[in-house]
Amino acid sequence: MRINKKWLVIFLVLISFITVAGIYLSRVNIPVLEPKGPVADKEFRLLVGITAIMLIVAVPVFLLLAYVVWRYREDNPKRGQYVPDWEHSRWLEGLWWVIPTILILIVSVISWNASYALNPYRPILTSKKALVIQAVSLDWKWLFIYPDQHIASVNLVEFPLKTPVHFYLTSDAPMNSFWLPQLSGQIYTMAGMQTQLYLASDVIGNFTGRSANLSGAGFAGMQFIAKSVKKGTFDSWVERVKTHSLELSLSAYRKLERPSSYMPVTYYANPAKGLFGDIIAKYMVPYGQAHENMGGVSS
Amino acid sequence: MSSISQNAEVARADRLIERHEKDNTTIFGFWVYLMTDCVLFASLFATFAVLRNNTFGGPSGATLFSLPYVLVETLSLLTSSFTCGLALVSAQARRKTQTIIWFIITFALGLTFLSLELSEFHKFVVMGDSWRRSGFLSAYFTLVGTHGLHISIGLLWMAVMIVFIYKRGINKLTMKRIRMLSMFWHFLDVVWIFIFTIVYLFGALHA
Amino acid sequence: MMIHHLSTTFGSLLGRLSLKWLPHDPITAFGAILLAAVPIGAALLITYTKRWRWLYREWLTTQDPKRIGIMYIIVAILMGLRGLADVILIRTQQALSSGSNHGILTASHFQQIISAHGTIMIFFVAMGLMFGIINLIVPLQIGARDVAFPFLNATGFWLFFAGMALINVSLIIGDFSATGWLAYPPLSELKYSPTVGVDYWIWSLEIAGIGSLLAGINFVVTIIKKRVKGMSLMKMPLFCWSVLGSMSLVIFAFPILTVTLTLLALDRTIGTHFFTAGYGGNMMMYVNLIWAWGHPEVYILVLPAFGIYSEVAAVFSRKKLFGYASMVWAIWAIVILSFIVWLHHFFTMGAGSDVNAFFGIMTMIIAVPTGVKLFNWLFTMYKGKLNMKTPLYWLIAFVVVFTIGGMAGVLMAVPPVDFQLHNSLFLVAHFHMMIVSGVLFGYFAGITYWYPKFLGFKLNERLGRYAFWSWLVGFLLAFVPLYILGFMGATRRLDHYSSSLGWQPLFVVAAIGVVFIIAGVIFQILQLIVSIWQRNGELKAGHDPWDGRTLEWSLPTPIPVYNFARLPEVSTRDAYWEAKKTNYIDDRPYEPILIPKNSPLGLVIAAGAFIFGFAVVWHIWWLAVLGLAVSIFGLIYRSMDEHTEYKLSAAEVKQMDQMRFQEIKS
Repeated sequence: MRINKKWLVIFLVLISFITVAGIYLSRVNIPVLEPKGPVADKEFRLLVGITAIMLIVAVPVFLLLAYVVWRYREDNPKRGQYVPDWEHSRWLEGLWWVIPTILILIVSVISWNASYALNPYRPILTSKKALVIQAVSLDWKWLFIYPDQHIASVNLVEFPLKTPVHFYLTSDAPMNSFWLPQLSGQIYTMAGMQTQLYLASDVIGNFTGRSANLSGAGFAGMQFIAKSVKKGTFDSWVERVKTHSLELSLSAYRKLERPSSYMPVTYYANPAKGLFGDIIAKYMVPYGQAHENMGGVSS
Repeated sequence: MSSISQNAEVARADRLIERHEKDNTTIFGFWVYLMTDCVLFASLFATFAVLRNNTFGGPSGATLFSLPYVLVETLSLLTSSFTCGLALVSAQARRKTQTIIWFIITFALGLTFLSLELSEFHKFVVMGDSWRRSGFLSAYFTLVGTHGLHISIGLLWMAVMIVFIYKRGINKLTMKRIRMLSMFWHFLDVVWIFIFTIVYLFGALHA
Repeated sequence: MMIHHLSTTFGSLLGRLSLKWLPHDPITAFGAILLAAVPIGAALLITYTKRWRWLYREWLTTQDPKRIGIMYIIVAILMGLRGLADVILIRTQQALSSGSNHGILTASHFQQIISAHGTIMIFFVAMGLMFGIINLIVPLQIGARDVAFPFLNATGFWLFFAGMALINVSLIIGDFSATGWLAYPPLSELKYSPTVGVDYWIWSLEIAGIGSLLAGINFVVTIIKKRVKGMSLMKMPLFCWSVLGSMSLVIFAFPILTVTLTLLALDRTIGTHFFTAGYGGNMMMYVNLIWAWGHPEVYILVLPAFGIYSEVAAVFSRKKLFGYASMVWAIWAIVILSFIVWLHHFFTMGAGSDVNAFFGIMTMIIAVPTGVKLFNWLFTMYKGKLNMKTPLYWLIAFVVVFTIGGMAGVLMAVPPVDFQLHNSLFLVAHFHMMIVSGVLFGYFAGITYWYPKFLGFKLNERLGRYAFWSWLVGFLLAFVPLYILGFMGATRRLDHYSSSLGWQPLFVVAAIGVVFIIAGVIFQILQLIVSIWQRNGELKAGHDPWDGRTLEWSLPTPIPVYNFARLPEVSTRDAYWEAKKTNYIDDRPYEPILIPKNSPLGLVIAAGAFIFGFAVVWHIWWLAVLGLAVSIFGLIYRSMDEHTEYKLSAAEVKQMDQMRFQEIKS
């Protein structure tokens, strides 16, 4: 009877633990599992699908393990038959070479197709023209340049909902990874290189993004807000930033570039022409050969 | 009585076999080591291949390398490989003096190669084209320099080997080591052929 | 000009070294004092008990793999405690540092600690335990009297020790790398990490890595060349197969690590541009190279643990291992595949769909041989007679945890899913589940299983059980929340986060998990102490306490220096199990045995390497030259010595052997 009591206590602890965890999880935001845009949504569905397929192998493993350990333990009076020399079965071994292979084959096909379909460089097909935003990771903040709207912002990126947003990304600092989990997966930002990412939001909302790759002491402060708003709100925001903000001249950029962390949201008007290209180019060609006047790599 | 001596005979033969197996094991181990060195050079060749066009406004291989100069380097190393082979043959014939002489010649040729390489490096650095100039030059100096470092180690080993043969003569132990040294030396020769082809020849051809 | 280039860095006699690099903040100072106290305390104890000569003769100069194995394991356990101290700081920081509270550590200090934790756990704990067990077991299982290259083996251990020493010195003077355990450039370049931290990281791994390479060469040759007559490859115990796979990976992967670290060191020290941003450097080349080593490294650690599980499964089920041939094929499938998957560590680099998909699919395929192994272990237990002792508990926990972690792994092998999970705490949870269950639990099982073979008594079972449950519960509490945190958008290596994100409760649960793990470790230490206390009581073990199957259990305990007085005759798998069925009495004559003499030169060579490493870190060039000279001198001196072995005559062997068996009988 004592054993029963022990199991009862363990059972109660587990149940209360699961209940508390359940209540907690229902109250918090879990971005990867609660996608708000088409890209993140497809990635989430893929995640669920693959997990389901894998359970086909995992569940039998768990059941078999529990059964074997219960049935064949030495002190079990109802222990199953003991066959010490049974070491091989062509049929059984074939089974667990073949079945996982088939499952992995299925997952591979899904994976191959998904890899193309969800390539971050692949445009989101809608009738609307994509909004272009150039993102630069700096020590330790995100600069977003809107080349067509002639504005820029730091640690906040705003865009109209249900419109594809086409990011071009680079870094003027160590390598970072751009991650806005509720809308799309990550892409690296690297000095002297350009990566791209398409995303869109289906709803109005504020989403938290951050850098996912360690980039130095202020790395934890590289958090930014993404605002998905109505087209009208977006347009008036652009106008406001344009008229009420400081210019992002080259000298202003040099100041911005200096290391700082947890930088409050800041807006700029009129970013220097070709700024994004120059940030990339300064790592590509020696000093003096860069077009415009960014200069070469410092130090 | 005779059975006891027979047993002793068998035991001695067994021990000889054991010795022989031990030598074989060492040689096999040395092959395994050479394989790891192969991976090391392969990694360096890979970095060179990635960085070969990253001249960052600096000189490329085509403007830097002088093929006749490198050919002289190559010939001195190839010849040293040949003389190293002759040293091994002499050692197998148990000709101590001859072995030492061939090793001294090999050493001299290796030293010539190394001096040529260093003076080439020096020339580039004086021109301002050091490893600090560009990714390409970093990869060039490191790949060729690593080979040069191996040659230096080989030369040190050879110097020790010459003293060793001089003092102890040619026996099983020295023979085993001579064999490994010559494997090492030929290996460096093969690596150089790759360097000559991939770094210098392709570098000079690709404008 | 070339001289000038170098002389700019020559500077003063002490390079960058100065007293200002001693620790200032209380946490580091405390750690440094504690750390310094260990060797100083040990030295005082040895002096007090007048044991220096004994230490020198029996341990520091030994060429006996059994002793080298034990030294590896002791170093690994001590480093494990340091790694655990790092864990305590990491978990405390992350549990507290939310909103306006910034925790107990500065960002840079926190980043140094996570870097040290990863580096130490992989290189000095996992590798140490692995090489320790390999040294102890492989020669015995293949019926060999020694390894192929005892001196090389000892040198490998001392280089490992030198690397370990160097990483610990970084706590006392200077700082450590704050760039994560793999130090991605350009963050790890001089421009962004100007202090000595990254250099400490580079040189301690470089030295330890060369030690591992030497050990790898030794064991590949040992297994191929030193097997006893009659033991064909397919009759080897599976542990030896897994070691052969692992060590083959070592000899192919570690040269890549050597190159990669050297190139980064060149960038930082003499100003080359391999991985710099600008000047034609290519940072992604570093990421490719380091993972071309790093992914095989995972399997280097996991395969020997798989081997241990195979031994444990068979012995504790009292049944033959199921699917031996399948197991061997699975090992080699894993070995080969592990070299063509490295790109899955950076799908987010922006490579093409086809490249990502290829590497993703290769990664998933590894799940097949791994799954086969899992089923074979299960069917080894099926129709067995399960001897429910702690090694089997570790095996069962491993099957559960490894399956969960493996599923997470397959998920992340799908590139678009990885875009959402990469570098998140989901990833951290995944690889801890793989490495803790697949490596650490395996080595725990192995140590419990083989302990009586070397010490003559078993470990206390009850305390072992307590340790097991504390570990398992703590481990799940510490890592399941991390999976959820990953889904919530929490990335790895954060020293602080906004309170509005709702992450704090889960970090607190993870911290509670660590409390359980600490309890597990305390039980393990207690288990060791209590077992020593009870060694002459019920724990006293004969030479074969588990009814073993492989050759090591045929030997007397303690094992004589030559292992086998007469080489065993092998004609089947599970050679000792089969031998026990017959009443064979070995009356063959004894033969003389050659045994390697002790040599301090491995220690000397490693000491030179340590001096070299320390000097290069601090740019003290004259000292670097000196250190290198010491190493080269040691090598040449060794090569001049022809008399590296001594002989035990047949009569001596006979006497020693018969004395041992009399001891067993009495």
